Amino acid sequence: MNAPANTNSLLERAPVMIRDWIIGFFPESLRWPVGALLAIAAMLAVFGLVFAFLTLAERKLLGRAQNRPGPNRSGLPFFRGTKLFGLTQPFADAVKMLTKEDIVPRAADHLLHFLAPVLVVAFALMTFAVIPYGRQLVAVDIDAGVLYFFAAGAATELAIFMAGWASHNKYSLIGAMRALAQLISYELPLLLSVVPVVMLAGTLSPTKIVEAQANVPGGLIPHWHVFTPWGAVGFAIFMVAALAEANRSPFDLPEGESELVAGHLTEYSGFKYALFFMAEYFGMIGLTGMGATLFLGGWQAPCAFLEFIPSYLWFGVKMLSLILFMMWIRATLLRLRIDQLTRLAWKFLVPLALINLGTAAFWSRTDSWSGPLQFVRWAIALALIVVPFVVIGRRLTAGLAPRTYRYAT
Amino acid sequence: MTDPEIASPSAFPEPSVLATHSAATVRPVHDEFHGDLLEVSMGPQHPSTHGVFRMVVTLDGEVIVKLKPVFGYLHRNHEKLGENTTYLGSMPYTDRLDYLCSMTNNWAYALAVEKLAGQPVPERAEYVRVILAEMTRLVNHMCLVGFLFNDLGTSFTPLLYAFREREKFIDLFESLSGSRMMCNFQRFGGCRANPSPEWLGAVSKLVDGFPKFLDEYEQLLTGNEILLARTQGVGCLSPELAVQAGITGPMLRASGVGYDIRKADGYGIYPRFDFRVPIGAHGDTYDRYMMRILEMRESVKILQQALRDIPAGPVMDPKSRLRNFRPKPGEAYGRIEGPKGEIGFYLISDGSPNPLRYRVRAPSFVNLTVIEDMCLGRTVADSVVILGSVDIVLGEVDR
Repeated sequence: MNAPANTNSLLERAPVMIRDWIIGFFPESLRWPVGALLAIAAMLAVFGLVFAFLTLAERKLLGRAQNRPGPNRSGLPFFRGTKLFGLTQPFADAVKMLTKEDIVPRAADHLLHFLAPVLVVAFALMTFAVIPYGRQLVAVDIDAGVLYFFAAGAATELAIFMAGWASHNKYSLIGAMRALAQLISYELPLLLSVVPVVMLAGTLSPTKIVEAQANVPGGLIPHWHVFTPWGAVGFAIFMVAALAEANRSPFDLPEGESELVAGHLTEYSGFKYALFFMAEYFGMIGLTGMGATLFLGGWQAPCAFLEFIPSYLWFGVKMLSLILFMMWIRATLLRLRIDQLTRLAWKFLVPLALINLGTAAFWSRTDSWSGPLQFVRWAIALALIVVPFVVIGRRLTAGLAPRTYRYAT
Repeated sequence: MTDPEIASPSAFPEPSVLATHSAATVRPVHDEFHGDLLEVSMGPQHPSTHGVFRMVVTLDGEVIVKLKPVFGYLHRNHEKLGENTTYLGSMPYTDRLDYLCSMTNNWAYALAVEKLAGQPVPERAEYVRVILAEMTRLVNHMCLVGFLFNDLGTSFTPLLYAFREREKFIDLFESLSGSRMMCNFQRFGGCRANPSPEWLGAVSKLVDGFPKFLDEYEQLLTGNEILLARTQGVGCLSPELAVQAGITGPMLRASGVGYDIRKADGYGIYPRFDFRVPIGAHGDTYDRYMMRILEMRESVKILQQALRDIPAGPVMDPKSRLRNFRPKPGEAYGRIEGPKGEIGFYLISDGSPNPLRYRVRAPSFVNLTVIEDMCLGRTVADSVVILGSVDIVLGEVDR
């Protein structure tokens, strides 16, 4: 990597130094596989813990949004009376999940019923490989990283369909059908919202996309994609589609707990259920991580003088704030119906993403405009987005409005 | 041993209106041209059937082509028990009918017995009854709105906001009657206890703060586009069908029929109060939701007037007899506008301490009968929301 010397602090280099130190014990021929295994182990450990505490964070946040404290009872074994604000709750949950009975319905397809939770976690983990977590922290730096990420991410829906089909339960089957409908509807806007980034950065490699968003020396506003007209719209579309991709509220239709009991999860219990739960959070982590990489400058600090903070911390902060935003949405919004969801995707997000593509093209063509022309450039770009947004949005919500009521005499 | 009169479905011919409103065509479950229909038994253990209610839905994809409500899982012989206990002995049982609204159940039953025995009620008791009934209406509608949003897929947030306010009313019920939900408070010829001025002051304070809560709630939810998309035009009930099926309460008014027993009968002292009856125009789920919100605002107005005007005095008629109570032979039907609709008790007395016939007209049960007509052609997700907007309590449906 082409890290400048002034930001190459000890903390910044620490993870790489530890890796190199461990690898140094092995002969030359084994260094590559050991390095890869170390990266895998580090990711499993870090994201396993992040997952555990995200569940706690979600429960706490939901609790606070609902006038209740959330989990605050679990303490430490052998130390009765310690409560630690419920910080040990994830471990208590893990023990509970591991020791619960694993029930498989007699009519289920046993192989698929077993494979589905394994695959859903595997696919979610695969997406982690290409996200650059820090200046030198990326497990596999492949050229088509963005493509790989979305391919692996879409495969999780396949595992969900597998779970729904194999359970031999009607609720699960409806949940699986919804999962597929959702996948087909939302994969397109998700990808289309990313295309402008790839166009402007000129690469499919996540690391190069982050480098394209590097700070301009002396600039106060971060040089991130989200601070351009096409980037802001792309980011919004990406987040909406990411909510659907991660099966989060208001698009948690495959699970749909008030309609389908638990959707594809109905016949899962114990550790297999925990794996699905884990995959949902891993999906959230992966998608928000990719969102931060593509639009929020990845591991870049917002300003040049804040670069003394290690890059992986910046990445963590951006990713966590996006995840907390998703949780906030869950505490607030209602669920859409499946036909409304597909209509929103096909009639609103896809056209808007296509128009955004045109805006990005205009933006890249007018890169040389400066001075007063800069304002013209912004005005044209904004008009290109806002006008279609208003027109299409009006049509989408036509006929829906709060009503006034009369009273009987 | 089955009685052919009851067993054969032709004994209850389907009204022609019901047939014309069933828009979707019902086709056989197995059809080689369209693929198989899916029969799903939703309930009796299901998160959104509000108790042990079952809907056998036949689905074409996700669209409902047939819906059969199944109930009786909570049947506990309420009406037969009523014939075998004394008049007063049935009073605590009425709490268990619609367990969210024990105060209005009590009142309807007390009204029926008072009609039967020609028992007058003191002035203050009438005010106390109105206050308690309107508080019950607030409690019930808050529960309904909260649960409706849960059916719509929120993660409990609106429900818990509503329950925060409901809790305050329930606490007041407890301090007056000793029980939070099973109040058992009304008696023939009055009420069981005389509320203290402090209690009335607490109610007054709570009621005055209530519109603020409603404003906040509406600001957060009513204009939400997802709510509008999920409820407007969903589960329409035509006024003709509503009238023919005997629907009452907010559900009837949402369909545009301005019928409220508080106005129609003017029982108790309701004619003294100034309040309005909101009516909807579309009869869809959104109208049913808004009816509840608007009725809560009117209830607040009634409560404020009643709390202002309540006279001093006893709450129990001194001539009323609780023990060895034997009304003269005859029959009576007492009904009030409960939060869910017309709740009525029909009693026949033969002069003995027990009623000869004891019959409950439960609004939830009657309102539930049109569920199929509202759900046909809609999706599974809609059926859950429509059921939520009907406002049923299984204790009352099954009795």
